[in-house]
Amino acid sequence: MLPKWFDDWNSKNPVDIYKPAIIVGAAGGAVFAAALLVTWGQPFATDSMQTGPRGTGMSVPEFKADLAKADPTIADYYTEAPYEVEAGEPLAKDIYENVQVLGDVSEGNFNRLMNAMTLWVAPDQGCAYCHAGADEGEYASDDLYTKVVARSMIQMTQSINEDWDGHVNANKEVGVNCYTCHRGQNVPSEIWFRMGAVNENVAGWAAVQNRATSISQSTSLPSDALEAYLLNYETIAVHDLESRVEGSPADGVTPTIQHTERTYSLMNYVSNSLGVNCVFCHNSRAFYDPAQVTPQWGTESLGISMVQELNNDWLVPLRDVYPENRLGPVFADAPKAACKTCHKGYQQPLQGLNVIADWPELATISAEAN
Amino acid sequence: MPEYQNIFTQVQVQGAPEWGMDNENNMMEERTGKPGFSTLIGWIGNAQLGPIYLGSFGVISLATGLIWFNIVGMNMLSQVGWSIPEFLRQLFWLALEPPSPEYGLSMPPLNEGGWYIISSFFLLVSVMAWWLRSYQLAADHKMGKHIAWAFASAIWLFLVLGLFRPVLMGSWSEAVPYGIFPHLDWTTAFSIRYGNLYYNPFHCLSIVFLYGSVLLFAMHGATILAVTRFGGDRELEQIYDRGTASERAGLFWRWTMGFNATMEGIHRWAWWFAVLTPITGGIGILLTGTVVDNWFIWAQEHHFAPLYDGSYGYEAYGSYEAFIGKGE
Repeated sequence: MLPKWFDDWNSKNPVDIYKPAIIVGAAGGAVFAAALLVTWGQPFATDSMQTGPRGTGMSVPEFKADLAKADPTIADYYTEAPYEVEAGEPLAKDIYENVQVLGDVSEGNFNRLMNAMTLWVAPDQGCAYCHAGADEGEYASDDLYTKVVARSMIQMTQSINEDWDGHVNANKEVGVNCYTCHRGQNVPSEIWFRMGAVNENVAGWAAVQNRATSISQSTSLPSDALEAYLLNYETIAVHDLESRVEGSPADGVTPTIQHTERTYSLMNYVSNSLGVNCVFCHNSRAFYDPAQVTPQWGTESLGISMVQELNNDWLVPLRDVYPENRLGPVFADAPKAACKTCHKGYQQPLQGLNVIADWPELATISAEAN
Repeated sequence: MPEYQNIFTQVQVQGAPEWGMDNENNMMEERTGKPGFSTLIGWIGNAQLGPIYLGSFGVISLATGLIWFNIVGMNMLSQVGWSIPEFLRQLFWLALEPPSPEYGLSMPPLNEGGWYIISSFFLLVSVMAWWLRSYQLAADHKMGKHIAWAFASAIWLFLVLGLFRPVLMGSWSEAVPYGIFPHLDWTTAFSIRYGNLYYNPFHCLSIVFLYGSVLLFAMHGATILAVTRFGGDRELEQIYDRGTASERAGLFWRWTMGFNATMEGIHRWAWWFAVLTPITGGIGILLTGTVVDNWFIWAQEHHFAPLYDGSYGYEAYGSYEAFIGKGE
């Protein structure tokens, strides 16, 4: 390929080109990488939030790039300050028929809230998503299941903001409204249904674990954790509080390795829901020890009780109201909520945005005229 | 770079296959397989492949081991409804689980741990037959039984996990699942359930011997490679006829840390460190749930889990708002 004179010259002048090539290549690569780092910055820089005493390694790390990005659904949040109630302004229950909740809200504010609910839950379908006769100006009918569900959800929202103030307003006023779960969707994301057996041809503990499912958060841990703890009130704690206690795994009382895996499954779910790790709430050297947990542990415990109540008192009773396509694929059960339904991967839903400041109608159960 | 400084063996001997010795134990009779050579294998070891001496224990071990392997695999396949694609997809998640706790030490139905008990029996026979084989082969070669006893220390841990501890706890449900991720779940859950295994002193010892084994392996390997140029790789000759390689290696360590092992003794160090890893670990596991139910509390009672002094100072840690860059 090359001219003969070159091959002759080349064979007479042997030079080791590999050593300089490696040196130049390595040095050049290092300079290139250094230049990238200096000009563009460290791409994987992290920041951490301390959660426990120094020297215990208790902190929640995050990539700075992720911290810089706000929850994208915050930008789509619609809100409007309450209208001043004029003297003699009629209440919703005085003008409209079949107003079972929010009846004591002034007409203007009632319509302000109805408009917001449409934008939060059914921005594409509009009023007709809940009000069957909306196009004909007929709003009273309960023909659509969505209206019956919405009424119950308004009451649930009021109950959460008032009765579970210790959880939803733990650090400051944040509260919840429809948008906290719905985020512009008819059905909130991250709802869950009972799964039952996830593996075929097996029974007992083997049937409910060892599959990558949404509830097991793609781990091989049990997929019945939410059902057991957030619906059926089973005991989450598995530890013995003395160094030696009586009992055998076979006695039906003593928590077993299997129970521990299921608790671990729930804890892993909570971590993913909040975008945190174990040491956000626990000192991992003694998970159970109430003297070593963080303040967040208390907020979280309240949250677990809250979710148990939401599922049992509000969501499960709506089962017969829903059409078939809204029910669970396995047991045709009602859709249920858990941590992720509101938090969506953030320590506080909507990153701590106060969603009740503008909505006093949803902030208390009584929702008196305002 | 000199050619001998390479992790791969550079000089390979490939000629007439070495058949190994024969003696009054008639070892030649049981040898099977036509010996061959592989340059690739030769890079990391002896280039000769085969013949192999299985013996009756080897055959029993392979057969029962294969039965265990197939029972586990078939159970996994059955759990995904005999779908090969789903089996491959979920392979690391699937497991053959031990019986549920309520069955205690009784024989559960096949689909609720029965297969686990049956397969475990075959695994037990397989491992034990392999141990007998390692003992018998050493005897036939008129070697010491060091390898068999080292293997026995690993078998001790295996028996503690799958036999001794479940029996003492009164339930087969305490045994370890046969699955990739599930056995890791078991390990984590085991530590959490019993109040943090890191506070189990035998677990501490086991870690010391495990990491110590790694350290000794690296030190010994490095030392021998470093004196290979003086004939140090001929370790056996150096043991009974100490040469300059052993002198230099010993001096290096004595001057580094005031003490050195001998060319023979270093192998006893390594053997004991390796063997003590599963022995101490097995003791720690056997005591967990049988003698101690919460290792952290046990450690506090025995004054080696420190308590934090004073207040945690949560108010000084910084807020979520500051963390996500929203004020404060």
